[in-house]
Amino acid sequence: MPANSVKRLAQLLDKHFERILSDWIRAQADAGLLRPELMSESEIRRQSRAVLTELVRSLRQCESVRGMDLESEIWSDTRSLLQSATDQRVERGFTPTEMAMFILALKQPIFERLRDEYEDDPGLIANDAWESSWLLDQLGLYTSEVYLEERQEIIERQQREMIELSTPVVQLWDRILALPLIGTLDSVRAQMVMENLLQAIVEREAEFAIIDITGVPTVDTLVAQNLLKTAAATKLMGAICIISGIRPQIAQTIVHLGVDLPDVITKADLQSALAYALSATGVTFSPGARSRG
Amino acid sequence: MADPDLPRREIQIYRVHDCLLIAIQDDLDDGMVIALQDSLMQRIVSSGAHGVLIDISALEIVDTFTGRMLAGIARMASLLDADCVLVGMRPAVAITLVELGMRLEGVKTALNVDRGLELIRRSLRPVPVNAG
Repeated sequence: MPANSVKRLAQLLDKHFERILSDWIRAQADAGLLRPELMSESEIRRQSRAVLTELVRSLRQCESVRGMDLESEIWSDTRSLLQSATDQRVERGFTPTEMAMFILALKQPIFERLRDEYEDDPGLIANDAWESSWLLDQLGLYTSEVYLEERQEIIERQQREMIELSTPVVQLWDRILALPLIGTLDSVRAQMVMENLLQAIVEREAEFAIIDITGVPTVDTLVAQNLLKTAAATKLMGAICIISGIRPQIAQTIVHLGVDLPDVITKADLQSALAYALSATGVTFSPGARSRG
Repeated sequence: MADPDLPRREIQIYRVHDCLLIAIQDDLDDGMVIALQDSLMQRIVSSGAHGVLIDISALEIVDTFTGRMLAGIARMASLLDADCVLVGMRPAVAITLVELGMRLEGVKTALNVDRGLELIRRSLRPVPVNAG
């Protein structure tokens, strides 16, 4: 019998491999972790076998359980295996508890084998049980961490997509840009709108920027202020800002609020704003002429 | 602040057709502004230019001082019958100026030197530009 607890553990897992594996899968089933609607049993079986195999391999190279470093080279294969197992479970909607339990369910089968193997040495059982428990806790915590990271990544991606979606600058014509706004304009979004619009003006050498607020439900003093700032910044850059789509209700609100929109050209709808910008840039349409497309 | 031991970097004034062009490269201090005002006004009179383009596309920071002084130069030039256009302001600079409450009222602006020239030409000879 090896004196080192890691070597003992590796030997134990190796010796009773099939038994521990089937016990583990049964323990997962008992804990309600087999979710046939999310993941087939054969897949779980395959995954469990791969994890256990890799665990034995890593333990063989490991010096001691307490001194183990999950970040080290020895554990890299186990780590990537757990990572992909977690990724799959995140995608299929497993909870973090189910993910951690997947690993922690391995405790019972190992403890049972320890008990049978070293029946006559309670001290050894206690020691090895503690060490293997510690090891599995580490692996379980690792999966939780991966789970959280994965989730965080999804949230960040969605946030980015939402921001991109919320401020599209479209080119309507040579030198004419439009920015259709939908939804409430808070200060963060207003800032983003302003930056995007100004950047687009530089990139596409626009002369007119039409901000269409048909989709903005309410205009309060803050929103009006933000629109004014955008218009002023546009003017400083050398372009002209037109605000279109002011609804009758909003026109009344703006006046009641006492907000003045002095240097801003306002039009009732996008169509008349475009017509204004086209005529100001000198574009004329003649009947019967072929379109530019 | 400029080091008094260094020779003062003068801002060059270029002549493009009937316009004068100044490209401001780095932060201006009081001395440079006064020198610039002086030489620019003299050049406007001596050359009979009808337009002045001030290119600030190299400036990453424009503070209230620089803003005020640019607005001042524009007003002085217009007194001498020269149209003054501020061109190439960066988005970040525009946002900062607006946040500082500086709207530079009465100063004409354009996106780049090309557009600035176009603007001056248009105001000199009101010919319809046909972009279609």
